[in-house]
Amino acid sequence: MLETQSRADDQPVVGEREADFSAIDKVAVIEALARVLPVGALMYEVEDLRPYECDGLSVYRQVPLAVALPASEEQVVAVLRTCRELGVPVVARGAGTGLSGGALPHARGVLLSLARFNRILHVDALARTAVVQPGVRNLAISEAVAAHGLYYAPDPSSQIACTIGGNVAENAGGVHCLKYGLTVHNLLRVRGVSIDGEIVEFGSHALDSPGYDLLALITGSEGMLAVATEVTVKLTPRPQLAQCVLAAFDDVIKAGDAVAAIIAAGIIPAGLEMMDQPATAAVEEFVHAGYPLDAKAILLCESDGTAEEVAEEIARVREVLAASGATEIRVSASEAERLKFWAGRKAAFPAAGRLSPDYYCMDGTIPRKRLGEMLEAIQAMEGRYGLRCINVFHAGDGNLHPLILFDANQPGELERAETFGAEILELSVALGGTITGEHGVGVEKINQMCAQFASAELRQFFRIKAAFDPPGLLNPGKAIPTLNRCAEYGRMRISGGELAHPELPRF
Amino acid sequence: MKESMDGLIAEWSKRIRAAAAGGHTLHIRGGGSKDFYGRAVTGERLDTGALRGIVSHEPSELVVTVRAGTALAELEAELAAAGQMLAFEPPHFGSGATVGGMVAAGLSGPRRASAGGLRDFVLGVRMLDGRGEVLRFGGEVMKNVAGYDVPRLLAGSLGTLGVLLEVSLKVLPRPFAETTLRFELGESAAIEQLNRWGGQALPLSASAWADGVLSLRLSGAQAAVRAACASLGGEEVGAQEAAAFWLGVREQTLPWFGLDVGGAALWRLSVPSAAPALKLPGEQFIEWGGAQRWLRSAAPVERMRARAAELGGHAVLFRGGDRQSEVFQPLAAPPLAIHRRLKAAFDPAGVFNRGRLYQEF
Repeated sequence: MLETQSRADDQPVVGEREADFSAIDKVAVIEALARVLPVGALMYEVEDLRPYECDGLSVYRQVPLAVALPASEEQVVAVLRTCRELGVPVVARGAGTGLSGGALPHARGVLLSLARFNRILHVDALARTAVVQPGVRNLAISEAVAAHGLYYAPDPSSQIACTIGGNVAENAGGVHCLKYGLTVHNLLRVRGVSIDGEIVEFGSHALDSPGYDLLALITGSEGMLAVATEVTVKLTPRPQLAQCVLAAFDDVIKAGDAVAAIIAAGIIPAGLEMMDQPATAAVEEFVHAGYPLDAKAILLCESDGTAEEVAEEIARVREVLAASGATEIRVSASEAERLKFWAGRKAAFPAAGRLSPDYYCMDGTIPRKRLGEMLEAIQAMEGRYGLRCINVFHAGDGNLHPLILFDANQPGELERAETFGAEILELSVALGGTITGEHGVGVEKINQMCAQFASAELRQFFRIKAAFDPPGLLNPGKAIPTLNRCAEYGRMRISGGELAHPELPRF
Repeated sequence: MKESMDGLIAEWSKRIRAAAAGGHTLHIRGGGSKDFYGRAVTGERLDTGALRGIVSHEPSELVVTVRAGTALAELEAELAAAGQMLAFEPPHFGSGATVGGMVAAGLSGPRRASAGGLRDFVLGVRMLDGRGEVLRFGGEVMKNVAGYDVPRLLAGSLGTLGVLLEVSLKVLPRPFAETTLRFELGESAAIEQLNRWGGQALPLSASAWADGVLSLRLSGAQAAVRAACASLGGEEVGAQEAAAFWLGVREQTLPWFGLDVGGAALWRLSVPSAAPALKLPGEQFIEWGGAQRWLRSAAPVERMRARAAELGGHAVLFRGGDRQSEVFQPLAAPPLAIHRRLKAAFDPAGVFNRGRLYQEF
């Protein structure tokens, strides 16, 4: 069989060219789905479809052909088999809090909501695992296991609303990744359904599995390889104590160097965040966290563990910060003060929304040592594009969230913001980094993928997709740009005014 | 240097295309330290040892980029000089171990259960696929969700998907303090105790149980290790003896691994950490907080696999035994189909390490 495939290798890969789904017959699809789904699990009237037309990136809207709301794995299998048979695209969706349009519906496709898969199936406190359905909210897992002194470590900003299935699809991060890892480091097993309607187990309750690491491959695959129906997560013992150090600097480069110095001193803080002066000013006005407003940059460095461990680490961190030229160092003296230190950082997105009618959030990651260069470059871009940008960073892992402020009602500002953003992402790649650290590619950054990967690599991504999804029906058109598309290379924006779930902290 | 490396890669690319066109196979090999692992493999040797050197190591970035043929010992010396380490403690299993071989084998050492495995630390790869094309995936930053996670897919793929050229790995600082404690405990009691400790905020970094003795390593801030020792009890082991012991666990040079039980094979059972006692005939050595159980046993293959599966894990014929038949637990039909198609996606002519992982590919 390998030889047959070798001969077929010159053929274009499924998905490599924009697929044409225009011949799909809506009535036939709805009739077929109605045969396999109970009443109330299938919606096709426009007013019922509206709530599903976008995810957290609401500038992109598309009403799907139908919405399926299965409540059991058998129903998921039936939906996928039906779609496979009729050649209909399927877009899986959790809570719809994603920021890159990964759950944007397909105009000729079925939106498969996992909202009814909302049960925690089993908690094994001794083995420190929880088996949950994909529609369970991230924070609900930690709440359910708190009595055992355990929690689920990855904490994306939307954790009160986002679901574990979506976290798996995006390989979600958070502010504690440097020490506790991303979603991929905190999963043991995903049970899913292939486009053929077959049940596949990725990973297991052991620490490894025979064969290729398919669990790693489907984590962060943006719903393009399989549909998850069950997820086993690892649980982490809750640290006894957390304490936060706030340090002020009169120069952003010095703050960047302090981050490197902390790491070089052998410390892996639980969180290490940085904000520049405009960001500090913006959030201070909003939450009154007591940040020093004269500082050019502030760092938040969190330590967690046993009381002894935290005391030792905080002492070490203070020493490094002082030696790095911090103009002020404060250590949280209580849990209330620690939360106050964090309140400002966590309010960066809403604060940007108050400063400006619209903002565009970037998600590039760069090697930490290039932070100074990036900041200087952004400063120069501000002048060039005539737009302000406030900068918040997951400094510990080099993940930047510059927020470009603009007003879409002012002629030309949107276009300038888009060009500004694209230039930041391109610079991230040029500095040895990536266009997305944790938000995913989705539809938002699909054009920038062309800057990060060569054609041969993009083709390989399509081959990987085809290995899981031979007909190319799972979330087609997302994350991996066609070579044609790369030739076009468009640009996107996030509009602050239209951000879905504005109540969620974004960081 | 770079030019000669580029020349080497161009030459390998040519060899790969020739092999694909001529229908023969290549046996990718670093230092040969893990020749014993996986199924017996044939094919023309492609030695990666000449592609060596550390490309970049910026300690404050916590990332190192290394050419695949670099000696693992050289990389570890470089990291140690900067007070850093590969946190997954990869076993060398011989002086010739290379970084490429380490990634391809995907094996992790004593720290696996607490720090994560090799796959958790692979950030980026540069590789040659079965078409002879140079591809780069991932990168040198810790957070990167652009494109499918090919670097982790290659970890443990035993060279069946491509030739590794360069890998970027996350590295961590060495702990400030380390202490080893010993406890006298039976098998079931040790498994239960390890899982209980695992649920507490303790600085555990390794565990090993054999013959009624449990060894526990604590690593971290001085104060944390001291406090944990005080609360756990047990008998403290001298620093030198402890270091030698854990090296012996990692490299399987402890007397236990040298036992000859009538020529019995060495099995590795990877199971959920809290899985009960194996109840299989043979001598046992337990690691990873209960999740890795070594078994020196002559029991039939089917029995090993059935028991491992029953416990929710899998069994690997690690050393010895019949290496012509399958050494890894056979896959269920749906993942097997995906494996076949992935193999064909990377290596359409089936050139690389044919049969090393599974007979079929």
